[in-house]
Amino acid sequence: MALKQLNIFVENKKGALVEITETLASNEINIRALSIADTEEFGILRLIVNDTELASKVLSEKNYLIKTTEVVGVKIGDAPGKLSTALAVLDKEDINVEYLYAFMARTEKHAYVVLRVADNSQAEKALEDAGYHMITDPDIDKL
Amino acid sequence: MLEGEKMQNYYQKEIETMPVEEMKKLQSEKLVKQVKHVYENVPYYRDLMDNKGVTPDDIKGIDDLYKLPFLTKADLRDAYPYGLLAKPLSDCVRIQSTSGTTGRRVVAFYTQNDIELWEDCCARAIVAAGGTKDDVCQVAYGYGLFTGGPGLNGGSHKVGCLTLPMSSGNTERQIQFMMDLNASIICCTPSYAAYIGETLQEKGYKPEDIPLKAGIFGAEPWTEEMRRGIENTLGIKAYDIYGLTETSGPGVSFECSEQTGMHINEDHFLAEIIDPDTGKVLPEGSKGELVFTSLDKEAFPLLRYRTRDICVLSRKKCSCGRTLIKMAKPMGRSDDMMIIRGVNVFPSQIETVLLNEGYQPNYQIIVDRKGNTDTFDVNVEMTAEQFTDTVSGVTAKEKALANAMKTMLGINPAVHLVAPKSIVRSEGKAVRVIDKRKLHD
Repeated sequence: MALKQLNIFVENKKGALVEITETLASNEINIRALSIADTEEFGILRLIVNDTELASKVLSEKNYLIKTTEVVGVKIGDAPGKLSTALAVLDKEDINVEYLYAFMARTEKHAYVVLRVADNSQAEKALEDAGYHMITDPDIDKL
Repeated sequence: MLEGEKMQNYYQKEIETMPVEEMKKLQSEKLVKQVKHVYENVPYYRDLMDNKGVTPDDIKGIDDLYKLPFLTKADLRDAYPYGLLAKPLSDCVRIQSTSGTTGRRVVAFYTQNDIELWEDCCARAIVAAGGTKDDVCQVAYGYGLFTGGPGLNGGSHKVGCLTLPMSSGNTERQIQFMMDLNASIICCTPSYAAYIGETLQEKGYKPEDIPLKAGIFGAEPWTEEMRRGIENTLGIKAYDIYGLTETSGPGVSFECSEQTGMHINEDHFLAEIIDPDTGKVLPEGSKGELVFTSLDKEAFPLLRYRTRDICVLSRKKCSCGRTLIKMAKPMGRSDDMMIIRGVNVFPSQIETVLLNEGYQPNYQIIVDRKGNTDTFDVNVEMTAEQFTDTVSGVTAKEKALANAMKTMLGINPAVHLVAPKSIVRSEGKAVRVIDKRKLHD
């Protein structure tokens, strides 16, 4: 059900992001969404891409530290208040969101939210019960 | 030797298995001669003896050794470059030198005979590790001023191994030669061996795919845990070798198949353990500072040189048949020891913590001083197992590691997890400590 997210450990130094994105580009990998968590010393780059396995392989070959985790992807409307309504569903169930980021659809009037929670299936169930649609890896190319 | 007879595992059997009393007699004879040689040819040491009121006639054997003055690294610095030379330069054929990372470069001189004896010592180590003339010996220590490459290279020739003089670095080429030419023995620093092992593993090689059977590793401190790691990754038996440029280089002592300490080549290097504070000689089995007297060195014969290595000597019978006295792995060289916020810290302690906590021993210690307080930072290369997708996950790992180090050391470091292979390795010897404090001069 869940969505695969690629996590890359990035040291805070010049050119690090260029090398990563160039590596993905030269392998025809499309980045659909990204977020960076950064501290003074390092950052964690999180990516949703169209081919997680290939991305993981080509970056590992360049000695990057890679980890794939499963996150929740949910489709929401592209209008004011839609995100807070979705988050309220989780809040009601006492589900804590560790981090989230969002991306837009290419055509439809929709946005997609990527959520990192402790228990994916619990969050998915709460959202589905409230009428939301989840997105999974096969959807990524079509969105 | 008859064809088909089991290969001897000694290079110089008579010496290596000599009864202890005979060895002591041999050492006494050599010492008497050596003291005369030094007294006559090294004014620097003659002054030290004169100041102590000792003459060569007072030294009748090894029981009189304690009467002689010590030499320290400070003496070597004061006497740089020629002050401790005991032969005319025209009789010398080589110099070797320390890396000088602590700002105290040591230059040692060798006659041709000194080189021969040094290479014999290395040959004993290679044979003790199972080396024969049928082996292919890959020497991946640095060549040049550093004694590692030249020493093991010479020893390998003496044993008759096919020698691959790779020097350190260029890991891709190391692996290519190792695999293509079926290297069966590798000699390098333990951190470089671990690095080669990691790289082989990444390339998908399993221990059974690797032609190596033994490794001879030295020139930096390493732990039992690290030994086991290298042995498992490379599928070899890993042997320790010890030495210092001041006495010759690697081969002062070496490990046998028992792997319980290193046999000192005591026909050439007379060992003592002293109390580092009082200078008093301690009985066998005591922990203290290791002191060496070169019995055969012609060009650069140091008498009672204080190594600053803390260890224990033992004459316990060894299953390999060698009677040469054994030294335990030094607990740390006081050159490596740092005093941080008043506490003694050895890099080997950090390494032990890392291995216990499931990390690779790839780390760097950075010490600095802000105001009147020492800062103590440890960078550690992270592995895939420790990496998580959240900042809090990574910082929790850093905190856990810092706590484990605090338990071991008594002081709290700031631990920083860094990207794999981001810590610089020079000449295959990882730069473990960067001390930015300006406490002297």
